[in-house]
Amino acid sequence: MSLLQLQNLTKRFGGLVAVDDVSFEVPQGAIVGLIGPNGAGKTTVFNLITGNYRPDQGDILFEGRSIRKLPTHKIVALGIARTFQTIRLFPKMSVLENVLAGCHCRTHAGAVAAMLRLPFQKREEAAALAEAHAELAFTGIEHYADQVAENLSYGNQRLLEVARALASRPRFIILDEPAGGMNDFETAALIRIIRRIRERGITVLLIEHDMNLVMEACEHLVVLENGANIAEGTPAQIQADERVIEAYLGVEED
Amino acid sequence: MKDYRPVVYAAFCVLLLLAPFFLNAYWVDVLNNVGLYAILGLSLNIILGHAGLFHMGHAAFYAMGAYTTAIINTTYQIPVLWLMPISGLVAGVLALVIARPIIHLRGDYLLIVTIGLVEITRIALVNNIFGITGGSNGIFGISRPEIFGFRIRRPEHFFFLIWGFAAVTVFLFHRLENSRFGRALNYLREDETAAEGSGINTAHYKLIAFVVGAVWAGMAGNIFAAKMTIIAPESFNFWESVILFMIVLLGGRGSIPGVILGAFLIAGLPELFRQFASARMLIFGAIMIAMMIFRTEGILPPRPRRYPAPASGGGEGAS
Repeated sequence: MSLLQLQNLTKRFGGLVAVDDVSFEVPQGAIVGLIGPNGAGKTTVFNLITGNYRPDQGDILFEGRSIRKLPTHKIVALGIARTFQTIRLFPKMSVLENVLAGCHCRTHAGAVAAMLRLPFQKREEAAALAEAHAELAFTGIEHYADQVAENLSYGNQRLLEVARALASRPRFIILDEPAGGMNDFETAALIRIIRRIRERGITVLLIEHDMNLVMEACEHLVVLENGANIAEGTPAQIQADERVIEAYLGVEED
Repeated sequence: MKDYRPVVYAAFCVLLLLAPFFLNAYWVDVLNNVGLYAILGLSLNIILGHAGLFHMGHAAFYAMGAYTTAIINTTYQIPVLWLMPISGLVAGVLALVIARPIIHLRGDYLLIVTIGLVEITRIALVNNIFGITGGSNGIFGISRPEIFGFRIRRPEHFFFLIWGFAAVTVFLFHRLENSRFGRALNYLREDETAAEGSGINTAHYKLIAFVVGAVWAGMAGNIFAAKMTIIAPESFNFWESVILFMIVLLGGRGSIPGVILGAFLIAGLPELFRQFASARMLIFGAIMIAMMIFRTEGILPPRPRRYPAPASGGGEGAS
């Protein structure tokens, strides 16, 4: 069964149809790429999945269950984590605290438990800390744990977003241009991290303009143009697809 | 660099503790007022400092607590201190009801609405709402608090009640800051979209921040009613809210030592400069302006939280 199913999803902003009747499925355990020219509606699709926007039509099924009407934090609790195209960290807080934000939905202690330092609260806090450190190690930025997030390099800030997303123990992670602003060396490391994310049993959906990354990391691609789904298939199929070359790759290759 | 702060804080506590034995009643009363402002500032700090919600109506919750104590005490003669949790509860429940519809407002919009809140509360009290608030004359004849038969009435007695409660507040709020709850408030202050996207129920935390702040302001109101024995709507006007707002901003948003320092500066310093009479507010205003330009995070901005090092990889560098 598919982990995520988008069914005839449509989103309009005034007169602009940002997402136009888009349907595709993300199989369990896959690495799927969502590509297309600028303004094709890729990020809007992500925002629809995570509940930042509400679709005008269509439905989104996660593990067979409609998540169309759920608020974002509940969608995260169900197991969908994301990163943002424009990096959205908590800039004045430490790297570790940024990752702890991801642990939030898997822990429960409230204000009273915190004031009284109940035993379960202490255990929970220690476990969350250990988990946050583990995710920092996983993404290879554990040395920066105590630094303020805004002081990290661009590439490391992207990795920190990935670590924060992973800390929410997702079953499905969506990465919005994870390689944006990374050099080749960092991108190669990112590809390894994406593969290891999948090895953990987490399904990956990513938007990326770096075609090397897309072709190397993804097994399945979905191509959007002007809000509509124009092609789907393996990287090889997509590279050979006339319409895609016309819409997208042709322009890039000049 | 050596960290002198624990020494400074300890010295401050000792000085404060000894103060009532050396100061006359007037100055002890000034310290009592500072203490009340410190408690109120700390409660507002949860909302304004940690959650970053521009709330300029905190005096409303203070009033709710004070009036709850005054009304119940004068009507049913229930001892004042027993009413402290009830005052906190009433303020907290009212905060929940009031904040619910306005919680989605951002920044300046929330500011305007909360200014409206404190004015509505004051006008309701003046108009003797439900015939229980005594109108603009207020309520008098509130009894003095008693602890195990000891009647608290002199300023020195109140000093220990107020600063004792302030100490408990600092202790509990310090724990609150350094917890999942405290971090959640900071996440939503820093970036609400990212917080929600990381799985944090931002609307819930804003609401709870309001409730915690209001409960504490309500309990501070209880002490205020007991200390004054007479309360009137004018004690809870818009200016009080502004003062509390300034205490948090000047001292340092999200910083407990900062807020206490802010309370001393804003509630205590004007007493020191009484002889300058009219000029003191001018000087005060100039200092505020300078602060906002040169030290936007307040005099004592919060320090980064400290976390224990990860368990693995130990061994070297034994202490």
